[in-house]
Amino acid sequence: MTETEFALRTEGVGKRYRKGWALRDCTLTLPAGGVIALVGPNGAGKTTLLRLVVGLLAPSTGTVEVLGHDVTASTPHTLSRVGFLAQDHPLYKRFTVAEMLRFGRACNLRFDQGLAERRLAKLGIPLDRRTGSLSGGQQAQVALALALAKRPDLLVLDEPVASLDPLARHEFLQVLMGAVAEGGVTVLFSSHLVHELERVCDHLIVLNHGRVTLTGDIDTLLAEHRLLVGPRTATDLDRAGAVVEAVHSDRHTTLLVRDGALPTAPGWQAHPVALEDLVLAYLRRPSEPSATVPSGAAA
Amino acid sequence: MFVFRLDTHSGVPPYLQLVQQVRQAVLLGFLQPGDRLPLIREVVEHLAINPNTVAKAYRQMEQENLVTGRPGQGTFVNEQQSAAMPASTYTSLGRGLATWLRRAYAAGLDEQAVNALFASVHQQTRNEGVA
Repeated sequence: MTETEFALRTEGVGKRYRKGWALRDCTLTLPAGGVIALVGPNGAGKTTLLRLVVGLLAPSTGTVEVLGHDVTASTPHTLSRVGFLAQDHPLYKRFTVAEMLRFGRACNLRFDQGLAERRLAKLGIPLDRRTGSLSGGQQAQVALALALAKRPDLLVLDEPVASLDPLARHEFLQVLMGAVAEGGVTVLFSSHLVHELERVCDHLIVLNHGRVTLTGDIDTLLAEHRLLVGPRTATDLDRAGAVVEAVHSDRHTTLLVRDGALPTAPGWQAHPVALEDLVLAYLRRPSEPSATVPSGAAA
Repeated sequence: MFVFRLDTHSGVPPYLQLVQQVRQAVLLGFLQPGDRLPLIREVVEHLAINPNTVAKAYRQMEQENLVTGRPGQGTFVNEQQSAAMPASTYTSLGRGLATWLRRAYAAGLDEQAVNALFASVHQQTRNEGVA
């Protein structure tokens, strides 16, 4: 556990490029020790948010606080506690794995080379190979081993598994989750592979049109939402709680509701909602003020 | 050693799936008092699952008195006072259900129709406060 309860806190963060706002009114509080998924379509502002978190970009408005420190005023010491794995796992392709590790040690205040070597040996990745000659999955593992060798308190990954085949993806997540099990690291990663999130994440941020449309502890979010299926209706919907999405067919209606009481009307059934369906429903909504629950409100 | 599964399309939160699997295994006798559950670390590396989820499942099972965690040794299945169903009850309920299922299939229902009917009646009885 770090000395702060929160790994990341943003307050009214916005980022404006010449073309307009990439991110607006982003207020988040993320608990330390969690695994947080950032999801949203391309162009939603995911990469912008991640770059703001690791200090590669400065916010146009608001503040970003990582591990209790303002990122814009961050010192090398603060930065040494944050690991970042950019999209497509960039490595120097002509370096051998061993040279890559030496480079990592030279560039970081804190770098556990032995740890990285042990991880790679366990995966059977030879240190004398050029990184460019490794498979995509192995390159991702080398990049992850480098990031974990910093022993970061916060590890930020931009689309870490998007380019990997299913087996490599599983192996990558096994190593990442194993690192979380060892304790002390909070993981924030972006993804658009929604169906795999539930097993690896405990916290969710849905970003759409540059705004946060849903955030919170996943179990809490799933417990708050349910699908109500019943005879077609267009009225009296508000009794069922906040309706996130209503889908009507000829004879029946499906409602996704939040904080909804169980239906008492005859013919209505309540079903749990899968995380993927929940995320998709929020992504389909037109942009509007954010719906958030306090972080860390989990049971 | 007990092996956990994960169904990512069930809509049941992963931590609850793990709890239900142990509860069911205890009920059916696949897990017996004194059996050790895998370490959190082992479950994490097997399923590529979030350790917090596994920890939450294990906490929940301890709260339900299903298992006991012994520091440095692992998590062990408890002697069940009430949870374990007497074999006779289990057999008779199973027989009753089998009879009902035979009637349902004879009446032309398929598996999906049976499940839909069960879910609907189950919901109804729950609303009436029976189950």
